[in-house]
Amino acid sequence: MDHLVVVGASLAGIRAVEAARRAGHEGAVTLVGAERHLPYDRPPLSKAFLDDTGCEPADPRFRTEEHLHDELGVALRLGVPATSLDTGAKLIGLDDGAELGYDALVVATGGAARTLPGSEGLSGVHALRTWDDALAVRAALDAGARTVVVGAGFIGSEVASAARKRGLSATVVEALPVPLVRSVGEDMGRACADLHRDHGTDLRCGETVDRLESAGGAVTGVRLGSGEVLPADLVVVGIGVAPCTGWLEGSGVTLHERDRGVVADATLRAADGVYAAGDVVHFPNHLFDGEVMRLEHWTTAAEQGALAAKNALDPGAARELGTVPYFWSDWYDSRIQFVGRPSADEIRVVSAEQGDDRFLALYRRGDRLVGTITIDRPTQIMKYKRLIAQRASWAEALEFAGVAGEVSRA
Amino acid sequence: MGLRIELDESKCSGLGLCEAEAPELFEVRDDGSLAVLDATPSDEHREACEAAIASCPTEALRLVES
Repeated sequence: MDHLVVVGASLAGIRAVEAARRAGHEGAVTLVGAERHLPYDRPPLSKAFLDDTGCEPADPRFRTEEHLHDELGVALRLGVPATSLDTGAKLIGLDDGAELGYDALVVATGGAARTLPGSEGLSGVHALRTWDDALAVRAALDAGARTVVVGAGFIGSEVASAARKRGLSATVVEALPVPLVRSVGEDMGRACADLHRDHGTDLRCGETVDRLESAGGAVTGVRLGSGEVLPADLVVVGIGVAPCTGWLEGSGVTLHERDRGVVADATLRAADGVYAAGDVVHFPNHLFDGEVMRLEHWTTAAEQGALAAKNALDPGAARELGTVPYFWSDWYDSRIQFVGRPSADEIRVVSAEQGDDRFLALYRRGDRLVGTITIDRPTQIMKYKRLIAQRASWAEALEFAGVAGEVSRA
Repeated sequence: MGLRIELDESKCSGLGLCEAEAPELFEVRDDGSLAVLDATPSDEHREACEAAIASCPTEALRLVES
């Protein structure tokens, strides 16, 4: 293998180039990024980055340009989105008209935040996906914006938390009757709703957005389906992410029929010489009996980036990925942590049975523990992650949680 | 030659991913702070320790040869 190209200057991208060098790859490495920025870390952007600390937020970039260039020998093509891929000729088309050949390719183009129709070009309306998004949201909060968040998911909820921490008004508009009900279940969704309400965030569930109100090109409010208008100087739209794969259409890489994410095998291989990593990829996870999943989690992107590069450089020795998904989210002064998979035959809310207000729920599939969610139980969550990785039985999980032998609630 | 784990407490946010990789070396306490259970692990723990370091989203851990 001579030339490794990584498209996507992301966490998965940086882990890919680092893993390639650690694995002894001595050929050329090129890292292509759509944004002008060096690879940077996203989790802080909706957390500490938005806090009013009186000083500049920490620089989210992983590595300096000198480090990438001199230590890792990586050629950078930043601010140049990939526009096409020819897997036969092994050529990547770039937005500036250049063509880039490769011997091995890692696709790590991630996703783009979904937008609200009619929000294009309106100032005061932002997603929170990129560093530039975060700078804009932070500046609006610095200016004391009345904040409306569309979507009570994790990103939107972190923005609401940041606004309330600063003493600003925050309203969250959510179409579902209970926030996050599809991703974590009804009881946990209610616990999340309580966190918002306990901290003075106005949570509107079962409510749709009719349109954005504006004056002079700036947003002034959000008109709800009910007709009510919520005044706003800042609207943050957190309604999910769509994989960035337009450049792969017609390339021979299979794209998922639902969301156009890259379809890969368990070794993250998507086509001959092409491997994929991060938010962009659907892969069968052997720790969950081959269940195909696309994860938008920091830890998975880090693992997949490294594995995709190693497998791309040595396909004969390719390893399969088995991983326990993990995410965390910081709301107000609480930390939500989830390990495993949320789709389950049963969700047992152990904390309710034990009369403990720090939420703990276990997710059962068949006879196996497949997921655990906690609020403010930092010393416990990773012990459940290990149980899931070890394919612990439901009985073992209940025993560990201290509810062994008790009859489950219906 | 021995191994030494260095924890930068100003970076650590207590997520505990290191504990998931190497529970014999790390444990998050009830207050969310990280306990390094063995700061000078023997060489048999090297691989787990390197996995723990790679898993840390805040790059709060380092392994130094001393």
